[in-house]
Amino acid sequence: MKKFIHEFLRGIIKENPTFVLVLGLCPTLAVSVSVINGIGMGIAASFVLLGSNIIISLIKKIVPGRIRIPCYIVVIATFVTITEMAMKAYSPPLNRALGIYVPLIVVNCIVLGRAEAYASKATVMNSLFDGLGMGVGFTLALILISAIREFLGAGKLLGFTLFKGFEPVFVLGMPSGALLVIGLLLGFFNVLKNRKV
Amino acid sequence: MEVSRGVKNKLIVSASPHLHKDESVSKIMWMVVLSLMPAGVAAVFIFGMPTLWVIILGVISAVIAEGIIQIFTKRKLTVFDGSAILTGLLLAYNLPPHVPFWLPIIGSFFAIAIGKQVFGGLGQNIFNPALVGRVFLMASWPNYMTAFTKPLNYDAITSATPLAIIKEGKILESVSYLDLFLGKRGGCIGEVCILALLLGAIFLLLKGYISWHIPIPYIFTVGLFAYIFGHQGLFKGDWIFHILSGGLILGAFFMATDYVTSPLTRKGQIIFGIGCGLITAIIRLWGGYPEGVSYAILMMNAATPIIDRYTKNRIYGTK
Repeated sequence: MKKFIHEFLRGIIKENPTFVLVLGLCPTLAVSVSVINGIGMGIAASFVLLGSNIIISLIKKIVPGRIRIPCYIVVIATFVTITEMAMKAYSPPLNRALGIYVPLIVVNCIVLGRAEAYASKATVMNSLFDGLGMGVGFTLALILISAIREFLGAGKLLGFTLFKGFEPVFVLGMPSGALLVIGLLLGFFNVLKNRKV
Repeated sequence: MEVSRGVKNKLIVSASPHLHKDESVSKIMWMVVLSLMPAGVAAVFIFGMPTLWVIILGVISAVIAEGIIQIFTKRKLTVFDGSAILTGLLLAYNLPPHVPFWLPIIGSFFAIAIGKQVFGGLGQNIFNPALVGRVFLMASWPNYMTAFTKPLNYDAITSATPLAIIKEGKILESVSYLDLFLGKRGGCIGEVCILALLLGAIFLLLKGYISWHIPIPYIFTVGLFAYIFGHQGLFKGDWIFHILSGGLILGAFFMATDYVTSPLTRKGQIIFGIGCGLITAIIRLWGGYPEGVSYAILMMNAATPIIDRYTKNRIYGTK
């Protein structure tokens, strides 16, 4: 059990997909305008990551090495389609807000990266916890970025206006602001990491 | 050998003759600050006392920002070498006269933190810090950044800048060349009084702190393009108006010439100046904004490393 917890925690801190591996920046930049979008994207990606990690770990022995990437893509695309359909059925506004970035989870480098680098070599249980950890790490990173951007860029948090008379930093709502926030957070986490060592 | 006994071996001494010049980065920075003073005095006279507060707030918060970051990152404290003061001053000069008090503070903090210290401090930054601050403010609070005050009217009545009026396709009235030259027009604090700016610029040119290789090609290119493609028709453009309005003189003499972010060689500097002029003219004549000096200089800042690479001086005696 201790080993599984280790697998799980690794994705959140030591190998956080956004701040350490710097993967999946495209959806991060695009959807981190509001916390709701961030959570939605995080959960969708986590579900796909979890499912694809399990299935790919199960089929790792029977997939021929030379065509493994197309096989992984088919598996991932299946889960993405499930996610998209579920989102369309139960939460159309979120689906509209995330737009093209839900189907684009297929080519999200975190999902493919974990499949190739981890799930295709590890046991099913390890892959499961790895997928879960990576998903949670991605979600937390998205929440952090989108909370900063929504608060400073629109003066709101989860859609509620916090202060009256607050002049929002308009630029943080734009993609350039997302790059700025991610860059500063990356630097900040690097400083923390270097201080510990 | 007798002479150099006291000198550590790590000092590399080049071939003679050796001339000692009584200059330092700090002294140059202070001289540029000094040369900007007339424009500030003129702006306070034109727009009233609130202008002075904007300038003071900009300078003080730039110095405080630099101090905080240097203490926090345990670097040597160099808040009084003049560079932070210059950044704060230039940022304030790039703001409209009656902005809310927090605007210059945030701008200066951003300029120093993101524009300069993130890259490692003085001499390491890619972009002109003051312009980084201005563009950030422009993208964040465009409503405040484009609310210009009427000149010589201390009731804070807003009026568009001459360039903005031209941009909207209206015909400019009641602003003569003399008004533009003396600064009787709407605009940013430091850019309006051309006379005062030219005084400072001539001082810097005569003392050799800046050379003509960036500002003159810059202004010439803008004038040429305004003359050819101006709103009055082909080869009929009002080039004097384009040179005297907007932030061209301030940008060309005081911001494009920043040592850190402009090319090193004379040839490179001329290319840099022409590039700035091209982009400024394109933004002014066809772009979405009425004024393009800050964006032009920032874009050419980004091109500086590549200009430097292709205009390297030939080492004497090599091919």
